[in-house]
Amino acid sequence: MTADSTLTKMAFGRLTLQAFPVHEPLLVATFVAVALGGAIVLGAISYFRLWGYLWREWITTIDHKRIGIMYMILGLIMLLRGFADALMMRMQQAAAFGAADGFLPAHHYDQIFTAHGVIMIFFVAMPFITGLMNFVVPLQIGARDVSFPFLNNFSFWMTTVGAVLVMISLFVGEFARTGWLAYPPLSGIAYSPDVGVDYYIWSLQIAGVGTLLSGVNLIATIVKLRAPGMTMMRMPVFTWTALCTNVLIVAAFPILTATLALLSLDRYAGTNFFTNDFGGNSMMYVNLIWIWGHPEVYILILPIFGVFSEVTATFSGKRLFGYSSMVYATLVITILSYLVWLHHFFTMGSGASVNSFFGITTMIISIPTGAKMFNWLFTLYRGRIRFELPMMWTLAFMLTFVIGGMSGVLLAVPPADFVLHNSLFLVAHFHNVIIGGVVFGVFAGISYWFPKAFGFRLEPFWGKVSFWFWVAGFYLAFMPLYVLGLMGVTRRLRHFEDPTLQIWFVVAAAGAVLILLGIVSFLIQIYLSILRRDALRDRTGDPWGGRTLEWSTSSPPPDYNFAFTPVVYDTDAWWDMKNRGFRRPVAQFNAIHMPRNTGAGFILAALSGILGFAMIWRIWWLAALGLAALAAAAIVHSFNYRRDFHIPADTVARVEDQRTHLLASQG
Amino acid sequence: MSEIVHDKPSAGQRAANAGHGSLRDYLTGFFLSVILTAMPFWLVMSGALNGKIATALAITVFAVAQIVVHMVYFLHMNTRSEGGWSIMAMVFTLILVVIVLVGSLWIIYHLNANMMPGMDMSQMP
Amino acid sequence: MTTIATGGNARAEAPVFYRTEEHAHAAGGSTLLGFWIYLMSDCLVFAALFAAYGVLGGSYAAGPQPKDLFELPLVAVNTSMLLLSSITYGFAMLTTYQGRVGATQGWLIVTALFGMAFVGIELHEFAHMIHDGATPQRSAFLSAFFTLVGTHGLHVTVGLIWMVTLMLQVGRRGLIADNVRRLACLSMFWHFLDVIWIGVFTFVYLGGMLR
Repeated sequence: MTADSTLTKMAFGRLTLQAFPVHEPLLVATFVAVALGGAIVLGAISYFRLWGYLWREWITTIDHKRIGIMYMILGLIMLLRGFADALMMRMQQAAAFGAADGFLPAHHYDQIFTAHGVIMIFFVAMPFITGLMNFVVPLQIGARDVSFPFLNNFSFWMTTVGAVLVMISLFVGEFARTGWLAYPPLSGIAYSPDVGVDYYIWSLQIAGVGTLLSGVNLIATIVKLRAPGMTMMRMPVFTWTALCTNVLIVAAFPILTATLALLSLDRYAGTNFFTNDFGGNSMMYVNLIWIWGHPEVYILILPIFGVFSEVTATFSGKRLFGYSSMVYATLVITILSYLVWLHHFFTMGSGASVNSFFGITTMIISIPTGAKMFNWLFTLYRGRIRFELPMMWTLAFMLTFVIGGMSGVLLAVPPADFVLHNSLFLVAHFHNVIIGGVVFGVFAGISYWFPKAFGFRLEPFWGKVSFWFWVAGFYLAFMPLYVLGLMGVTRRLRHFEDPTLQIWFVVAAAGAVLILLGIVSFLIQIYLSILRRDALRDRTGDPWGGRTLEWSTSSPPPDYNFAFTPVVYDTDAWWDMKNRGFRRPVAQFNAIHMPRNTGAGFILAALSGILGFAMIWRIWWLAALGLAALAAAAIVHSFNYRRDFHIPADTVARVEDQRTHLLASQG
Repeated sequence: MSEIVHDKPSAGQRAANAGHGSLRDYLTGFFLSVILTAMPFWLVMSGALNGKIATALAITVFAVAQIVVHMVYFLHMNTRSEGGWSIMAMVFTLILVVIVLVGSLWIIYHLNANMMPGMDMSQMP
Repeated sequence: MTTIATGGNARAEAPVFYRTEEHAHAAGGSTLLGFWIYLMSDCLVFAALFAAYGVLGGSYAAGPQPKDLFELPLVAVNTSMLLLSSITYGFAMLTTYQGRVGATQGWLIVTALFGMAFVGIELHEFAHMIHDGATPQRSAFLSAFFTLVGTHGLHVTVGLIWMVTLMLQVGRRGLIADNVRRLACLSMFWHFLDVIWIGVFTFVYLGGMLR
């Protein structure tokens, strides 16, 4: 070995020119497309001299509304990437029978299904629900922002850096080939010596910090910043579900952090937590990761239940049926979600006594969700239902999610699970509840709150087109998988021998194409809505006849949300105000105390990203530098005591006057 | 934002409310902790109790007691701080900690017993 | 005073739906609760590490066992370092609420010294074990031991860095509300670490000798 190569190794760690996939045509083409698209976007920003605006108004913002919007944009971008993975898998599985091998070798296919899962859960679903909660909760409780606005910004950028690391793995090195939960021993250093699992670990650890802090933030916000008169049992149901979700986040994500740290120690330091020898026990990883994993799926669905509660009440023109039972059902789900985790590994061998316990708890946890379904139905009953887009998504959810829930209760029976574990039945089940639940709910939430966020409604026609493509596409794509699973087909396969199965996979692929059309329609909807925004303008701030406080503000709300802190007397506070003679104050405004924007969150997250990249590639000097810089930046930031300012009373008056005139022009 | 938070109270005046401790609280907590530390160390080092299980039980009791002492006298835990949210958060966390520990030990014990090579699968408990 | 400034006729019985005066939310009023919640999450990190130790702590892989390695007298000394640092931090909080900057700084220095003694003794113990071949890589038991005890020590070290930073900030700006709040947070952190240590010395060290 020459001194040269030792120097190169020290400088670049494991990063060599081999890491760049120049021989993979698909990746090269993707890179060219991304580079071109990126160049166009960056060029446009420079041409229109928007860098200053972007830095001041978006990158450094601590406004929960803007951070919420950025989360939604992140989720949307990553949805496109995650769906591209899905499309490729469907194509491969539809074609690869017998002599035909498809177009994805195992080496790629395994990365694709791993990346698909990681991206969809961590960088699509989580950002979407975090974005909705971030935007809506402070408005619903009558607050001006969250408890810790700077941490909010920092959390967003940490999540983004995690997503960036996953995206980088496409072009520099490769991703994990272990499935989205990276079980050892496969994910250990002996069987995955390359960087893939390290990309996985560091992107999740960095994003995980963001998520955990977001959890702390929203709990403190809901506990401390509610408007006077808003007791816990007068909070909107969406806020209740947000509270429970963030409790789950704070209680579950530390387990993920610790478990991935133990896996990292096995990979980097040669410890023996999950190895096959020296006393390691890889079953403990499965146990720990699912102690996190099960609460995680409830983290994804609870806010969505909240969305549906708001939408159902609003578009039925009725108070939500059974408010207290909704709250108690949510609390029960929160607690029970910690008592079911073993149902993810019934087949690992813990035996009948353990399996029975968890099978029973799993069946019990379906009950509170059933209660919620009935409450929504009873809200609809005798209501004056308006079939706007949010309501359409809600109805589709109610049907679809119940089917998915039923397949879940079937899987909860250990003997049944022994047949169906890791089959396509399982894959169909969780897509059923996640798409029918989370995705449909996110679309409901987007179409519901979009006017509040941007001041104009989404164009309804293309929204309905998107809706029908999604619903038809989902059923076509996943019902065949239930059949295949019952016939014994295993998940994560890229090639099959039995030609009688092919028709089912072809139908599923057709379903995926319909979903693609649904996504394209959604993008068209957004584009056309922006184009026609004046015609779609929301001038009153209350386009749907809403019931909760966010609809009392203008669309979009001013930076400070409320000129005066609202006082609350009942659930559905805004409905109460409208019915009892509320008159909007138009004079005698006060100066408003606000937090300052800051670049510290972005910088700290960027440094974390550098640390992560350096650790992935074993570039030790860069990692040490990154860590030191991170610590230094954090300490320097703590010396900044000037974190706030006041919006002068006449600025408030000017903004409120504009709204007064707008409202007056509506008649 | 640069005002001093409290006026200097007299030496005898301690803010025992509002989540601050008093000198007596800290000293009481300290002395209790010393005893609750010395006892388990002595029990293990001298082997005074008959049998490992009895000793294990005893040191567990001392640990729990000392944790409570720390919570009350050092962390000023009470049902009123933050409107009851502090203690609710702690109880919830404690429940989860117990579930994680007991659950993991129970599950892994069964997994180890059933999945060790060479065992008869028909006899799985 | 709740003057309702309205544009039209206000029905006399309409309730007041907004506050006309800014009740300044105590600036930083969420901080103590938020930090407490963060500590609860940290508790769960340690729960996972304790669970790993509980499950793997008997897997010696024919290597060294607790009774070969643990020197209880040294652990007792270490425990007392941490306990003493807890009470001295308590004294620092008392002087903080009395507004006495010098006394507070003094007690913080003493606390930091006890804390550094703790970390130093622990590093010495680790070095000794590693020198004797009881490395973290030797067995699952040792991996779990070093990780659990080491993570606690890492938290103490971060606490010490934070303490020094706070001392600088108190030195510069005095015991302003922001700094008092930060000291209160570090206080919670510091005592919490002592609580975790109770679990460590009981179940790892004392428990290990009983296995």
